[in-house]
Amino acid sequence: MTPRRREVDVVVVGAGPAGLAAAAVAAEAGRRVVVVDQSPRAGGQIWRHRDESALGRVPRALLARVASAGVTVLTSTTVIDAVSPRQLLVDGTDGAVAIDTAAIVLATGARERFLPFPGWTLPGVAGVGGLQALLKGGTSFHGKRVVLAGTGPLLVAVAAALAHAGAHLVLVAEQTPWHRVAGFALHAFTNSSRLRDALRYRWAFARTPYRTGAWVTAALGGDRLRSVQVHTASGSRNLECAWLGCAAGLVPNTEVARLLGCTVRADRIAVDHLQATSVPGVWAAGECTGVKGDAAAIAEGEIAGRAAAGDERGAMSATLLRARDDGRLLGARMESAFELRSELLDLAAPDTIICRCEDVRRDAIDPAWTPRQAKLWTRVGMGACQGAVCGSACSALFGWPANTVRAPLGAPSCGTWLIGLTPSTPPATPQPGQPALGEDPHRDRVG
Amino acid sequence: MSSVVSVVINGTTRDVPAGVTVAAALLDEGVVAFRRDLHGAPRAPLCGMGSCMECRVTIDGRTEQRACLVVVGDGMRIESTR
Repeated sequence: MTPRRREVDVVVVGAGPAGLAAAAVAAEAGRRVVVVDQSPRAGGQIWRHRDESALGRVPRALLARVASAGVTVLTSTTVIDAVSPRQLLVDGTDGAVAIDTAAIVLATGARERFLPFPGWTLPGVAGVGGLQALLKGGTSFHGKRVVLAGTGPLLVAVAAALAHAGAHLVLVAEQTPWHRVAGFALHAFTNSSRLRDALRYRWAFARTPYRTGAWVTAALGGDRLRSVQVHTASGSRNLECAWLGCAAGLVPNTEVARLLGCTVRADRIAVDHLQATSVPGVWAAGECTGVKGDAAAIAEGEIAGRAAAGDERGAMSATLLRARDDGRLLGARMESAFELRSELLDLAAPDTIICRCEDVRRDAIDPAWTPRQAKLWTRVGMGACQGAVCGSACSALFGWPANTVRAPLGAPSCGTWLIGLTPSTPPATPQPGQPALGEDPHRDRVG
Repeated sequence: MSSVVSVVINGTTRDVPAGVTVAAALLDEGVVAFRRDLHGAPRAPLCGMGSCMECRVTIDGRTEQRACLVVVGDGMRIESTR
């Protein structure tokens, strides 16, 4: 069997703000565009929704634009291999499809960074954005005791969303010290709409303390979470709760980019002024090139989409460049203000599980090992998530570089992957100056 | 579309709101263990967005499905490890 095929001009990976913007402008320029996203609905994490009427003006307008421009949006579809800059293999509800394309726009977004602490594998412990995603997916938090611990503006937005949903928020713990939060606010709030948002959010959970310089040191419970240990300036406290939302900021998703051989610097996809990556024919936009917020992600998406459609002049519009610069500046300020404190990097006890897929405890890993030795001995980072969760932990605890990326991504079934491995045409010829398959140190192909 | 759909969770038929994810349906049903680790300890959703793989369950006979990425459908059969 061979995979079904589809031929387009532009494939966009990710249907968040950047991906939808890229898709809309490329399709409006007359290109045949397909967007793939692993979620059941378009919108990405920030615009995740059950009902479109719950969305704001900007996302609704963009979704309408995408639809009227004739973009095909393939939801519930995961990229399982980036065969070349001219072909992606995706796995959707109807099985594997090979998409042949002239251009790829990566808008893969960001995920949360998780750093292990005792008890973090207990049911009831999720991410900060994780709780928001579960809430938007329809989980009821009404009357539930929730502790939130994390960092940055997302923490406050999620606290407000949970309070609106009727959760009993016990504490919101921000790891950054007060003076850094205040310094960031001073800059960020020169923009009046950001100030308005912040006040609205804080008002929504006005009855809950927001503690700076505070973080969770342990989660306790038997079969599920019962309480958490929180470090605050006034000492350690034990708080009863049914849910803990805990994360250490965001980290760009760079897996597909690394499979393609794109340069990734400081954990983000490196791009030029046109959002072009180091690989010809591949552009990247939004949080996967560095966290900067939805407004700038839309601008980057438009720049990338226009460039991918061959309109480099249009991509350099002054309005787009200004929005991108604003977002990048905010992102840089956010990154330095909410820098992770060193205490968070080393909370795991000897018996704390580091790799949740393969159940590898901290004391099973000899810090003197290379990542390769550790994998051979323990299978750390080799499970279903392929290091998406423990990669950050291993970098923090052992100083390892990012986990190696190999196909297939997203844990497809063996049958799907076997179909995907069957070449239906000879592999695409590499472009000049671009590594041929097998030469790229970032990828290991199977078969 | 009606406002509730009927799903079978670990053998028991339940009405759940249409449009929610399988993860939400299981959590609201009080399911603690979506899967179990090698030592039998329960695991449940961590990231909520498809990258951590902790919410894997069996849906309509297909194993290893991420509960956070699937919307409930009428008659859907969902099995966690209990």
